[in-house]
Amino acid sequence: MKRLAIAGGRVFDPEAGIDGLFDIIAMGGRVASIRPSTGDMEAFSGDGWTLVDATGKLVLPGLIDIHTHLREPGFEYKETITSGVAAAAAGGFTAILCMANTEPVNDCASVTRYILNKAAEALGVRVLPIGAVSVGLKGEKLSEMAELAGAGCVAFSDDGLPVVDGALMRRALEYSLLFGKGGLPVISHAEDPSIACSGAMNEGPTSTRLGLPGIPSAAEDSLVARDIALAELTGAHLHIAHVSTRGAVELIRAARKRGVNVTSEVTPHHLMLDDSAVDGFDTDAKMSPPLRSRDDIEAVREGLIDGTIDAIATDHAPHSPVEKDIEFSSAANGIIGLETALALTLKLVNEGILPLETAVKSLTSGPAKVMGLAMGQVKIGTDADFTVVDTEREWTVDPKKLLSKSKNTPFAGWKLKGMASHTIVAGEVVFTLKD
Amino acid sequence: MRLKKKDLLGISELDPDEIRLIIDTARNFKEVSEREIKKVPTLRGRTVINLFYEPSTRTRTSFEIAAKRMSADAINISISQSSVSKGETLKDTAKNLEAMRPDCIVVRHPVAGTPHMLSRHLNCSVINAGDGMREHPSQALLDLLTIMEHKEEVSGLKVTIVGDIAHSRVARSNIYALTKLGAEVTLSGPPTMIPPGIEALGSGGAVTVEYDFNKAINGADVIMMLRLQLERQGAPLFPTAREYSNLYGLSSERLKGAKDDLLILHPGPINRGVEITPDVADGPYSLIIDQVTNGVAVRMALFYLLLGSSRDDRAEGNTSEEDG
Amino acid sequence: MIVLDERAIARALTRIAHEILEKNTGSRDLVLLGIPTRGNALAQRLGAKIASIEGEEVLTGSVDATLYRDDIGLTGDNPPLKEMDIQFSIDGKIVVLVDDVLFTGRTIRAAMNALMDFGRPAAIQLAVLIDRGHRELPIRPDYVGKNLPTAPNEGVRVRLEEMDGVTSVILIDKTSEKK
Repeated sequence: MKRLAIAGGRVFDPEAGIDGLFDIIAMGGRVASIRPSTGDMEAFSGDGWTLVDATGKLVLPGLIDIHTHLREPGFEYKETITSGVAAAAAGGFTAILCMANTEPVNDCASVTRYILNKAAEALGVRVLPIGAVSVGLKGEKLSEMAELAGAGCVAFSDDGLPVVDGALMRRALEYSLLFGKGGLPVISHAEDPSIACSGAMNEGPTSTRLGLPGIPSAAEDSLVARDIALAELTGAHLHIAHVSTRGAVELIRAARKRGVNVTSEVTPHHLMLDDSAVDGFDTDAKMSPPLRSRDDIEAVREGLIDGTIDAIATDHAPHSPVEKDIEFSSAANGIIGLETALALTLKLVNEGILPLETAVKSLTSGPAKVMGLAMGQVKIGTDADFTVVDTEREWTVDPKKLLSKSKNTPFAGWKLKGMASHTIVAGEVVFTLKD
Repeated sequence: MRLKKKDLLGISELDPDEIRLIIDTARNFKEVSEREIKKVPTLRGRTVINLFYEPSTRTRTSFEIAAKRMSADAINISISQSSVSKGETLKDTAKNLEAMRPDCIVVRHPVAGTPHMLSRHLNCSVINAGDGMREHPSQALLDLLTIMEHKEEVSGLKVTIVGDIAHSRVARSNIYALTKLGAEVTLSGPPTMIPPGIEALGSGGAVTVEYDFNKAINGADVIMMLRLQLERQGAPLFPTAREYSNLYGLSSERLKGAKDDLLILHPGPINRGVEITPDVADGPYSLIIDQVTNGVAVRMALFYLLLGSSRDDRAEGNTSEEDG
Repeated sequence: MIVLDERAIARALTRIAHEILEKNTGSRDLVLLGIPTRGNALAQRLGAKIASIEGEEVLTGSVDATLYRDDIGLTGDNPPLKEMDIQFSIDGKIVVLVDDVLFTGRTIRAAMNALMDFGRPAAIQLAVLIDRGHRELPIRPDYVGKNLPTAPNEGVRVRLEEMDGVTSVILIDKTSEKK
């Protein structure tokens, strides 16, 4: 039986209340024991052992990204499942959830199975597909959600597009209650297109100065409000993707107080960048929802700290120069994020903005609970998924060196600190950082 | 003196001395257009490409005439936005244009920032002839020249700009230009046409918003009327042209009590009877036709200043006047 | 070092005025065009002298050669544009170009090209206060105030009451002036 030891590191799992120097031993892909570290590596050097020397490093439950776009099938020139999985592993993620806006859309079991087969070939990070709410993401009729769930989809979303029709959203939420315990989450990309119009960035003084059509926060707030009302009506689990406005945070906070089953996520970029990043017309600062104001950044940070927002998710959205190096208004939305999310989150910790505890929960137990996944904790008997972090490692974001097939990041040139040194999935080391 | 950058992308990036240099140079160029032979050999052998992604007669023609009066070769390329082929990046476009070895590309584009993006990949000069709702620098400069022909000092002037400020690149460039020279700018229009944070564009002078048209033009030295984009009615910024005209149309009635030396400007083409009545458009305060004449002079000045100096910093000025 | 003082300049201009009248047998069809900026003032002075001799006004104006220069785009700064003021037809006229210092001859070439865009003069003549040599084009003045051979490091500064508040011609050492 294969044996793996992660020895000598500071194991930190705020959800399980673990913080200290422990040796973790995995057998057959599962956690077999967690015991105080003796500093003795000799014990793990024998035949059949894989030793991860975590001395001086931080050992976390495997990071989970509940919002990525892997682009396969259909847009393999942007990202393949193989390249996306490699990027995820390098970014310290042990599990990723991929959105349905591929071509063909993941609105039927055969596409789900295709994705899972490709992911199995890629051998590494766990890939969990999200099925489409509506057929072809057209917002007209429900996809066969039961078949999708049966094939392995863990949630439903038309992400990239809002579900404009309120009745369809209501039915999707109601129908989702069929699956599993308490239903599977329906993820809302909340932006009312009749308010957003053809906006290309956040509406405010910067859009006025840059002469670009703006998208007011109200476009997001109003659809969040509608979807919360529908979740309240149906009792289903609503998950709000990439919260970006103060209004949305406050609506979610109030709804959770009332007991509405609503969860939410925020991206690293909405936690760090405001709309002034669009200055100079960098299309890598164009995303949906758009980068907002300083005040909105304050609000999503507060929401993350007080638990209103459950998870940090990358919204990893690879695009090629054909979509990005064009006129701002026509350029595609989104940026890659799998390989920068961990270091950006740690930057917020290092700057005293986020407690380490919040940061770790937001990338591990938080997203796991949102999606009802039995992962994200250091616990005997569970899958041995771990991320070992070299918190002192300094690096500069160089798009050319990233493993994602696409290079669209607004963080190019940023000097960051902290990187995954080992990514371990089911007791196997799937990524090791080179010195 | 010369302009600091190889491109003119907006008034926002010019300092007051650069603005004055362009205006002073343009004043001198007006004389060339008065001659029988309206041509100087200054930019012989230079190539100017007018790259227009938006329909335009006035601005394109003005740039073309300006280039030709400077003896540059002017080539017009009109591209309808709908026919832009998918799969070509702006870098591809820029490299293809550069391969034709132009000295200057004058670009108009419906999307703000496109001239910036093109200029990043181009060694030649880029002049922004209007990008989306952002800037239209040559228009603001010709407006400024027109004002300065009648007013000794811009500083302290009360200028009122009226209309769809939100969608107007002319308004934005004028706000920059006027406030950089110390004018006080009042913006007027219905709230649907006033974008958030527009006051922040002012530097030097002050920018205020006044929805009430009568209050806004009270005591004005210059009134600048913007063209009402009737074709933009898809996004309803006002109920009807009739109601707009009642609220914000400039008529001789409203001008009772105006200053004797009031100046009225309009970037054209005017919607007679909508934002301005015919008698005012053709009346004594109106400088609308002067603006067109000055447009050619300003654009000649821009070509001269951008193409008539070496961008090589090693070639230091040898323009001392005693040596001839 | 002062080369010409106020009185010497006045005497030179008086002599040039007489030479112009002598050569052209009077002031009929005569036009004086100064090259800005000091050539303008000299043209005005010459015009006044000719008028006082002949008792008849002479047309004067200004021809700016900047847009016709052969070094456009080669210099670091844009040469500033100056006054172009020709309010009359020059067809069939005898145009006397007036400048303060004749050096390489390039400005005169440019000014002659500019003139051609305004009409077809019967003749173009050249009057300069100082000819300092170092010609780079086959151009020679018809009327000279003073021939002043100079070394490459030397410069000539003409100062006129109208713009400088003082009238004199001085020879300077450019190498020391740069400091």
